Amino acid sequence: MNKTKDRAWFALFTVPLIFIFTTVVIIPFIIGIYYSFVKWDGIPANPKVFVGFDNYVQIFKDERFLASAWHTVKFTVLALLSVNVLGLVFSLLVTAKLRVSNAARTMFFMPNLIGGLILGYIWQFLFTDAMEFIGSKTGLGHIFFNWLLSPQFALYAMVVVFTWQMAGYTMIIYIAGIQGIPDEMMEAAKVDGANLWQRITKIIFPLLMPAFTICLFMTLSGAFKIYDVNLSLTKGGPNNATEMFAMNIFNEIFGYGHYGLGQAKAIVFFIIVAVLTLTQVAITKKREVQM
Amino acid sequence: MKKTSRLLSEVLLVALALAFLSPIYIMVVNSFKSRAELYENALALPSSISFEYYSKALEKMNFFTAFANSLYVTAISVVIVVILASMTAWMLARTDHKLSKIIFMVFVATMLIPFQTLMMPLMQVMDWIRTNLHIPMLNTREGLIYMNVGFHASMAVFLYHGFIKSIPVALEEAATLDGCSKFGLFWRIVFPMLKTITVTIAILDVMAMWNDYLLPSLTLSDKALRTIPLSTFYFFGEFTIVWNLAMAGLTLTIIPVVIFYVFAQKYIIKGIAAGAVK
Repeated sequence: MNKTKDRAWFALFTVPLIFIFTTVVIIPFIIGIYYSFVKWDGIPANPKVFVGFDNYVQIFKDERFLASAWHTVKFTVLALLSVNVLGLVFSLLVTAKLRVSNAARTMFFMPNLIGGLILGYIWQFLFTDAMEFIGSKTGLGHIFFNWLLSPQFALYAMVVVFTWQMAGYTMIIYIAGIQGIPDEMMEAAKVDGANLWQRITKIIFPLLMPAFTICLFMTLSGAFKIYDVNLSLTKGGPNNATEMFAMNIFNEIFGYGHYGLGQAKAIVFFIIVAVLTLTQVAITKKREVQM
Repeated sequence: MKKTSRLLSEVLLVALALAFLSPIYIMVVNSFKSRAELYENALALPSSISFEYYSKALEKMNFFTAFANSLYVTAISVVIVVILASMTAWMLARTDHKLSKIIFMVFVATMLIPFQTLMMPLMQVMDWIRTNLHIPMLNTREGLIYMNVGFHASMAVFLYHGFIKSIPVALEEAATLDGCSKFGLFWRIVFPMLKTITVTIAILDVMAMWNDYLLPSLTLSDKALRTIPLSTFYFFGEFTIVWNLAMAGLTLTIIPVVIFYVFAQKYIIKGIAAGAVK
């Protein structure tokens, strides 16, 4: 009797969410694997032709996809560096116990609240118009020009916007790490004659390792999956030079109507993201043991 | 001497923060300028303040409708996620059989799946439900809410589960002895104790859902149903080169975010730190 009652409560509490979750995540994931083995144009009346691993073979011959993979890797590496360097600098600045620290922290974090789509549009104006204006006024036209028109600089523009969005976010995590360092330790180092640089490199950095790991992988997965900023800032242009992974998948499926091929790309994308994330978890766990 | 250097660093820090936010300044000042003035100097303050472009942007973006849609979808989705995920996580954390462990593992494992992997088959499933079961999952705000709940379920269950594991069972056992039903026990005793993690989850989800573009763009096609990111997308596509109007529209979309930030700043920053460290 009691056991049946417990089971009924268990079901009442968990089934609604499990049901929604299954229809939105689990079932699409499973049939998504099936779709990756067929050739289909997305029109329900047209047949889905089973082609085995053909789609997967085709992916690796698809030069545009390989190019988008390369852009994503380049973008991710650059973004990883700039976001974390800036976030760390901000966190060191606002933990320096100045009266304006809180205000500065609030301001540094602000862009993170604005959605990627809107951020990309704001910066589209900055790059197209404000940059050209600065270039013509200062005579530094080789730095201040419309970055979005150059294949190479358009990618840097993406890095700039992503950094503007994410630096405040990593700053918050680094601040939590820095505040966890006991004051006495810093005082003792000061008394022993360690200068600011030594205190940063010899005490703060080693104790910030857990925060580093979190921030690195947060930016890594964020940069790797970027879509909204890509869409609103460059639309993948000029000439597909900034088309990232996520956008390539979207275009393949909904742009060209290659549902099977696009879904196979989406599965490959999932595998890469999963491997990256699992590596993160493994590394984080290892660090926790050491701490 | 020490005082002056301190003052100097304070001034420098504020200057740096202001420079960091200069894109917002540029956006706002240009939303007031005429076309000629904008092209003459994109960085200067406007010579006169006119809300001409704002009223035009409000109208072209259908701003109030979009705002109401975003608010409706985000608020209801977050409330449902909080209610269902806290209940589920509590049951999973407090029952010790295999099934709970497996369900929890599935929730955690699916956090690895990027949205792009699910988007196309998800649309097929929802379309199938619409044609065969006659439930309007696509092109309705309620359908979007349903999918939002599904996508944010695993993260919420994961965070609640971790938090519940850290609070002692003793209190709940005492309440059970007093004859409290599971339902009463959860809502009267357990849920109030989950306040901090609830705030974290709510903030993370509000930010993600409010700013989401891709899922609404796939599910909503009616103009009248557009959320703020969607209406911004169509508005910007139409008026790209009319920069002053575009900047007025973007400024409008940021106003609600700034208001939210001003009021919930403390919780947002705490929530971000707590949500990341998990």
